[in-house]
Amino acid sequence: MADTLQPRDQDDLLEAMTWAADKGSPLEIVGSGSKRSLGRTMQCSATLDLRAFAGIEEYEAAELVLTAGAATPLAEIEIALAEAGQMLAFEPMDTGALLGVEMSGTLGGLLACNLSGPRRIRAGAARDHFLGFSAVSGRAERFKAGGKVVKNVTGYDLCKLLAGSHGTLAALCEVSLKVLPRPEKTRTVLVFGLSEERAVEAMGAALSSSNEPSGAAFLPAKLAAHSGVDYVSGAGSSVTAMRVEGVDVSVDARCQALRELLGAFGETEELHSSRSLKFWREIRDVVPFAGDDRVVWRISVPPAAGGALARKLIDAQPCELFMDWGGGLLWVAMSTGGDGDDGGGAALHKAAAAAGGHASCVRASAALRGHIDVFQPMSPALDGLTRRLKDGFDPAGILNPGRMYAGI
Amino acid sequence: MQMPPADPAILEQRQSLIAALGDIVGLDHVLADETSMRTYESDGLSAYRQMPMLVVLPATTAEVSAVMRLCGERGVKLVPRGAGTSLSGGALPLADGVTLGLSRLNRILEIDYANRCAVVQPGVANLAVSEAVEAAGFYYAPDPSSQIVCSVGGNVAENSGGVHCLKYGLTTNNLLGIEMVMIDGEIVRFGGRQFDAPGYDMLGVVTGSEGMLGIITEVTVRLLPKPPVARALLAGFPSNESGGACVAEIIGNGIIPAGLEMMDRPAIHAAEDFCHAGYPLDAEAILICELDGPAVEVDALIEQVSELANACGATSLKVSTTEDERQKFWLGRKSAFPAAARIAPDYYVMDGTIPRRRLSEVLRRISEMSKEYDLPVANVFHAGDGNLHPLILYDANNPGELEKVEELGAKILTLCVEVGGVLTGEHGVGVEKRDLMPTMFTEDDIKQQQRVKCAFDPDHLLNPGKVFPTLHRCAELGQMHVHHGELPWPDIPRF
Ligand SMILES: Cc1cc2nc3c(=O)[nH]c(=O)nc-3n(C[C@H](O)[C@H](O)[C@H](O)COP(=O)(O)OP(=O)(O)OC[C@H]3O[C@@H](n4cnc5c(N)ncnc54)[C@H](O)[C@@H]3O)c2cc1C
Repeated sequence: MADTLQPRDQDDLLEAMTWAADKGSPLEIVGSGSKRSLGRTMQCSATLDLRAFAGIEEYEAAELVLTAGAATPLAEIEIALAEAGQMLAFEPMDTGALLGVEMSGTLGGLLACNLSGPRRIRAGAARDHFLGFSAVSGRAERFKAGGKVVKNVTGYDLCKLLAGSHGTLAALCEVSLKVLPRPEKTRTVLVFGLSEERAVEAMGAALSSSNEPSGAAFLPAKLAAHSGVDYVSGAGSSVTAMRVEGVDVSVDARCQALRELLGAFGETEELHSSRSLKFWREIRDVVPFAGDDRVVWRISVPPAAGGALARKLIDAQPCELFMDWGGGLLWVAMSTGGDGDDGGGAALHKAAAAAGGHASCVRASAALRGHIDVFQPMSPALDGLTRRLKDGFDPAGILNPGRMYAGI
Repeated sequence: MQMPPADPAILEQRQSLIAALGDIVGLDHVLADETSMRTYESDGLSAYRQMPMLVVLPATTAEVSAVMRLCGERGVKLVPRGAGTSLSGGALPLADGVTLGLSRLNRILEIDYANRCAVVQPGVANLAVSEAVEAAGFYYAPDPSSQIVCSVGGNVAENSGGVHCLKYGLTTNNLLGIEMVMIDGEIVRFGGRQFDAPGYDMLGVVTGSEGMLGIITEVTVRLLPKPPVARALLAGFPSNESGGACVAEIIGNGIIPAGLEMMDRPAIHAAEDFCHAGYPLDAEAILICELDGPAVEVDALIEQVSELANACGATSLKVSTTEDERQKFWLGRKSAFPAAARIAPDYYVMDGTIPRRRLSEVLRRISEMSKEYDLPVANVFHAGDGNLHPLILYDANNPGELEKVEELGAKILTLCVEVGGVLTGEHGVGVEKRDLMPTMFTEDDIKQQQRVKCAFDPDHLLNPGKVFPTLHRCAELGQMHVHHGELPWPDIPRF
């Protein structure tokens, strides 16, 4: 019985949760369903559709705070913010292209996945902008945490715990986020023809300078060739890109300074407004791997380790990859397939751990996601703590059970 | 302030604990006599005092772990302590508890410029991190006013802010990883040197948990390149309203200054008398706005902010042209606490956050309450993020005055919550605001937080009596009301 429950309000939600907790009936939590294929494959007896919890409730630009229903479409949020000259500074990825769905998702969904784009290196992740929420836990209790102001340390920071919990702790009803002014101008400095290792050095030099890059990414020649941005596709070589944003005169000055700094690494070029915007949207949304069905992983490592890890992965197995976050984030598409294997999982988890980081699978068939470790396996201590936390929010194990780890 | 009652059975173990702790850290580092424990009796909230049962000063993670295992096994409560500057009584000892001081874990372990981070022990002073990386052009952004002494471990436990957190974030936004010891002695690591970690965000939930989830023994902080230029603007306003309006204008125009501070008339006068920063004494409010970044940007923005200030009716306006001048603008703000200490024998610092649009109303009501209680209040305000620090001036030697101050303080914080704000923006709940938690949270809200505590510390041995107004046993918190399958299929639209 794969029923869909669609609560109209918090009372309905409470009732649904009470019922599910009592019956021990697992629920799949969805906002718009755009990210259903993220995480491990689950066996749920019903879907809990939270679409009713939508709409912007409070937004006053000068307060830098926006409060909205958790199922408010991201697109709606972005329009409202743009009208006020603001943005979600963590630059959430639109997973639509990569996952092959026509939806960009909801606010609650992106928080539950802690999605953060290229600007993460400068502005922080989704979790850093998540100020407060109200929710219903798997205990069928309403609770809230945090607040609706940008600075708050009252009580434990449960927002952090909920961000990236993939719907396994509570169903979010209302969320408050910190919002920030949109930069007046954006430009990107390109450096051509660098190897993975050199690119990470170049990005490191830029990020260690006072030129405040708000994006630092690397595309190998083959992926650069498919970019929708002419200067990138026409490069005929790898492209290392550093974005500069902010006040008009400052962007000019910092671009200039960056080109001088990066000239030592290779030939440089500049992307102006619309090209720059387009380029970073491609990076943000992992467009280089959109439109096919290869297994895609994201690997998060200390930035300086990114170049060497990239080289090691390319040498070890047929795959394509590009880097974001100055080398701290690798997007890897595996060229081998077949249901018999693990999509490269074991090898990538091992390589990521050796480099001081972790790997997670963001795109794979439901069958594959049913039997591999989608997220980096945890140490016994962390595993125990994770289970105890889950137990505190959802003792009956009814909320997205198994989406992150078996039994959680 | 009611603390958990001392357990006589634990107090009886005192002698044997001294010996057992001495075996771990050496008897020199177990403080048991009144004179040497006196320093630990209170923290920055000196109105509350309590002698600990013992103080132990381990020097390594292994020693912290062994101490915790010992205390965990014997059911002895532990109170972690950094530099003891907490303004909410977070490090207030327990009569039957061991205060675990981290002052000997005071080394910077590694500076990793390639990954733009530093790995430090928790007892390292906040400012020492910036000083260690200054020559290479970096700094550690969170800068609480206590930064010369407060410890990085304490900063993590309190999720401390500073005047620059509007632009650069609180401690939580500037951390990459921690090593922590759990109450059973197990050593765990959350995060690392990368930008995120798999699974639940343990680093995030431990940050700001006020020493109640574990003892932090190592911290990896992000380092940022130092901005090439910083300039400040000092503007006087004829009213709190016009000063507040100017703050909204600055942010409404898309400018996020590095610092944006406001002071009201009593605070201006106290600061000016204390350090002659050149503040306009005829103003009802002043704003200090600092901009940092490349010179061209700072020059352009300071010009724009000057225009906005004038448009908002500024009665005086100065822009720093030298580093000395900029420091001087800040001097008065940074010495607001000692300045208050000079005009009154004692002062009590509050720390609520409000939606900025309610500022003038809140200041007006605070001044009414101040008259009603006959206690002067000076306000310093992290205006950019709405974090208000009313300083209540009083004399603790007057019988009953402290109680009056506490009552006024509680009313001010309750007001902050009423207008849509929160009890504490950066100083933490501790013991001070513990009993006010129900003004902001329901019982279920608080219980859900306590269940997080239970996942880390099931017997409530770590810093009990802080943050939560009522202690519930973890077994009781874990219980769930079940209907045993009697519930019908819920009456909710389904498809
Ligand atoms: C003059 C003055 C100005 C201040 N200005 C600011 C300001 O601008 N912004 C701001 O945010 N705060 C400010 N504070 C408050 C205080 O300095 C901060 O809260 C600071 O972070 C506390 O650090 P500490 O090392 O003194 O911690 P302590 O006071 O020793 O402890 C604070 C809390 O942290 C816990 N703790 C300490 N170390 C650890 C550890 N290693 N592991 C686990 N728990 C631990 C303690 O148990 C306690 O609950 C100010 C205080 C003073 C006295």
